[in-house]
Amino acid sequence: MTKDYLIERNGKKYEVVIGLEVHAQVLSESKLFSTSPTKFGSEPNTQVSLVDAAFPGMLPVINEFCIKQAIKTGIGLNAKINNKSIFDRKNYFYADLPQGYQISQYKDPIVGEGSVVLDLSSGSKTVGIERLHLEQDAGKSIHDIDPKNTLVDLNRSGVALMEIVSKPDLRSPEEVNVYIKKLRSIMRYLGTCDGNMQEGSLRADVNVSVRKQGDDKYGTRCEIKNVNSIKFMQMAIEHEANRQVDILEEGGKIDQETRLFDTKKNETRSMRSKEDAHDYRYFPDPDLLPLEFNNDYVDSIKKEIPELPDQKKSRFIKKFNLSPYEANILVSDLDTSKYFEAVIENSDVKLSSNWITGQLFALLNEKNLDITSSPISAKNLSKLINLIKDGTISGKIAKTVFEMMANGDKNPIDIVKEKGLKQQSDPKELEKLIEKVINENQDKVKEYKSGKEKLFGFFVGQAMKVSGGKANPQLVNEILKKKLK
Amino acid sequence: MSNLIDLSLSELISNIKNKKISSKEVTSEYVERSKKSKKLNSYIEETFDTALKKAKEFDSKPDFNKKLPGIPMAIKDLFCTKNVKTTASSKILNNFIPTYESTVTQNLWNDGAILLGKLNCDEFAMGSSNETSYFGNVISPIDNDLVPGGSSGGSASALAAKLTPATIGTDTGGSIRQPASFTGTVGLKPTYGSCSRYGIVAFASSLDQAGPMTRNVKDAALLLEVMSSFDNKDSTSVEFKRPMYSKDLSKDIKGKKIGIPKEYRVDGMSEEIEKLWEDGKNYLKDCGAEIIDISLPHTKFALPTYYIVAPAEASSNLARYDGVKYGFRKEGDNLIDMYEKTRSAGFGDEVKRRIMIGTYVLSSGYYDAYYLKAQKVRRLIKNDFNNIFQKVDAILTPSTPSSAFKVGDKSNNPVSMYLNDIFTVPVNLAGLPGISIPAGLDKKGYPLGLQIIGKSFDEQNILNIAYSMEDKINFKFNLKEWWMND
Repeated sequence: MTKDYLIERNGKKYEVVIGLEVHAQVLSESKLFSTSPTKFGSEPNTQVSLVDAAFPGMLPVINEFCIKQAIKTGIGLNAKINNKSIFDRKNYFYADLPQGYQISQYKDPIVGEGSVVLDLSSGSKTVGIERLHLEQDAGKSIHDIDPKNTLVDLNRSGVALMEIVSKPDLRSPEEVNVYIKKLRSIMRYLGTCDGNMQEGSLRADVNVSVRKQGDDKYGTRCEIKNVNSIKFMQMAIEHEANRQVDILEEGGKIDQETRLFDTKKNETRSMRSKEDAHDYRYFPDPDLLPLEFNNDYVDSIKKEIPELPDQKKSRFIKKFNLSPYEANILVSDLDTSKYFEAVIENSDVKLSSNWITGQLFALLNEKNLDITSSPISAKNLSKLINLIKDGTISGKIAKTVFEMMANGDKNPIDIVKEKGLKQQSDPKELEKLIEKVINENQDKVKEYKSGKEKLFGFFVGQAMKVSGGKANPQLVNEILKKKLK
Repeated sequence: MSNLIDLSLSELISNIKNKKISSKEVTSEYVERSKKSKKLNSYIEETFDTALKKAKEFDSKPDFNKKLPGIPMAIKDLFCTKNVKTTASSKILNNFIPTYESTVTQNLWNDGAILLGKLNCDEFAMGSSNETSYFGNVISPIDNDLVPGGSSGGSASALAAKLTPATIGTDTGGSIRQPASFTGTVGLKPTYGSCSRYGIVAFASSLDQAGPMTRNVKDAALLLEVMSSFDNKDSTSVEFKRPMYSKDLSKDIKGKKIGIPKEYRVDGMSEEIEKLWEDGKNYLKDCGAEIIDISLPHTKFALPTYYIVAPAEASSNLARYDGVKYGFRKEGDNLIDMYEKTRSAGFGDEVKRRIMIGTYVLSSGYYDAYYLKAQKVRRLIKNDFNNIFQKVDAILTPSTPSSAFKVGDKSNNPVSMYLNDIFTVPVNLAGLPGISIPAGLDKKGYPLGLQIIGKSFDEQNILNIAYSMEDKINFKFNLKEWWMND
């Protein structure tokens, strides 16, 4: 068990309570209510339709694909799918909000309560999901191009987002880290969100409160808006929780407010208090009918759901006898799991797992590469593992071969052949080699025989050296023991 | 042939199809007459030259299979028209030229009609007298100090003055039927979902419907046939088999049960209106229909309900006019300042009043008491109609509680202005079709209308009833043409 994450002050221990509102961009070709494309990084205002720019008389028309994506995600979160949901208008003025309102879902979201299982070092933990709803993204205000004016890019305006609201079940920055990664993993498996935080496809509002350990009432919470990396979320939580504890310890009260996280100063600061909170004047969007579908529709989508991380993990444990820890590493990313399954198709599972999580991950890390752009293909790694398994090369030689493979995905069989790295396993050959080593080192043999048994390692080393590292170490051991008796 | 300008839309079409007259002749005649009628202030934007050019084009390659072959038509300036200024009679859009066409107007052009110009209306269709327009009030051809009604006041005025053979308007709470009633013309508000709202500047999305305004019932049937279509660009558009309203028009209404709702006999209603209604019943009896007294118990809540729902939706629909993207902008020191200056200068008083009411009723703490309650009452009003339509085929009521009033009479009293809509508003709340037909004159000699309300998508039925009554009523108004310049 790892220790609980608690903040200690003046001998008192505070627990941190965290809930997340994750905004996940729906993976779709076109926007939620218009046919404009959603491609990231396009020239400003090139993916904007009359609907997105809110021209007079323009009307929203729901994109059915986005609905399917939301339902899929709901299924992936083990959540209740609501056969009837309603789109509401959230009214506020801002330059990058062309309609003057955001179409969102307020009282009747498309997805209700669900749950996500986190694998923590202390064991597994279930985090409740409150709801998932669909909404439009706003455009982008750009303040730093023109010294006098703010420029507006509407490319993102109207892009579909899923807002996934967790229950206040998270208790530490580490749990938040695992939670976000798990959500991302589920959505990537489902193909409903690419989870790319750098491109803003995944952002979160973080709700933080603190309470004395053992209290069962929640403290007053503050919401930290729009944090776009896990690291920043963790920093913001840590800062915010400590800020709140400081206030309480000085006898103060927490004001419910919305705060911003300043990544440069590593602190949160007040954006607006509860009193200044917007009155969004939510009401059902009269341009859209309630969204209704029947169970058959949901069932047909269920059929498209692939094996999800949790299921895959238990399959790996059961079928391949992997440890939960290993299985977790291999399934957390869909592409990693695909790579693993491709390798083990023809190779030993245990060796494959070790090589992927060991050598390959180190290589990818060092080169800062995704597994999909791995310099070593699953097919060639599989061949390498088979060379180890059948004794053609030793594990040590394999590492050398691996390094050579990394420069251009060469076939390991060719490398072994070209470089003559095949392991020497012929006992007669090895016997000759060892006799030579013994003959050349008679003084050491005497010492060994007189009781200096540590010298055994010396002989092994010499034999390996003479063989150019290719001698089968197990056989060398056996023969040496016989000869030195 | 009688004077070309006196021909109804249907007569005009058959004359064009029979090659007795050309589109050019018709168009020139209407252009000339419109040019001489500036006093009415019914046009905001004239597209006469383009219209004449298009008429010539039509004549050079006429397609007589079109339903509106080469017919010139001026339309309410709430419909977005491609490359033609569209203002909704507001300063905030006074420089707005759409790059797109509304579905309803596209349907007109696809069937051969030609745009004559854009007609004045109340600002964002908010008003019952066409006095809230940024481009000035419209005068009714009925008399030189009379309002034409609203919000489709420019449409009613132009139609009654024969500046266009027919026109189209929009009706959120009576904006087609009330001005039709005031000007002795026919106005039909179709069932919600019959005509696409795509490209119509929105006032209250759950109530807005476009509809025909014509000189007679047959023309209304024909124009509706062209206007109405299923449109996947409007999520509230309804897919149903649309009848050939004009072809199926019939005067056989024998045995039809017509309801007379007692709640429409409001306090202080004039004897003239009482008599008009009574006459209407008798005409229907003459046609073989059966008159049944009915009750629509929630009627009295319709007006307050409407004046919560419509402003609520409007307050949100009009948020897009913020000076950022298009239309009028008044620069400010910062974004908020620019918003305030733009919207203060860009909107007129009535629009501001409704935005404020709407914002208020949606505010937290007031939402349940106003907006939510209004939605519940709206449901009860709908249920009233649904229940009664188990017993009757249509309902007959007066269109308005009075005839047209004078310019300035009510413009400073919003509530008395709102009371104009008392008979028309329930129909919008229930999403039903309603038609106003001219039915008589009051003591002053001003037109009065009767309204026939039908079941959802039962336009054919109310058109047939109106068609039969029209025959019996034989409405005549002697237009004096006092406004014409030489």
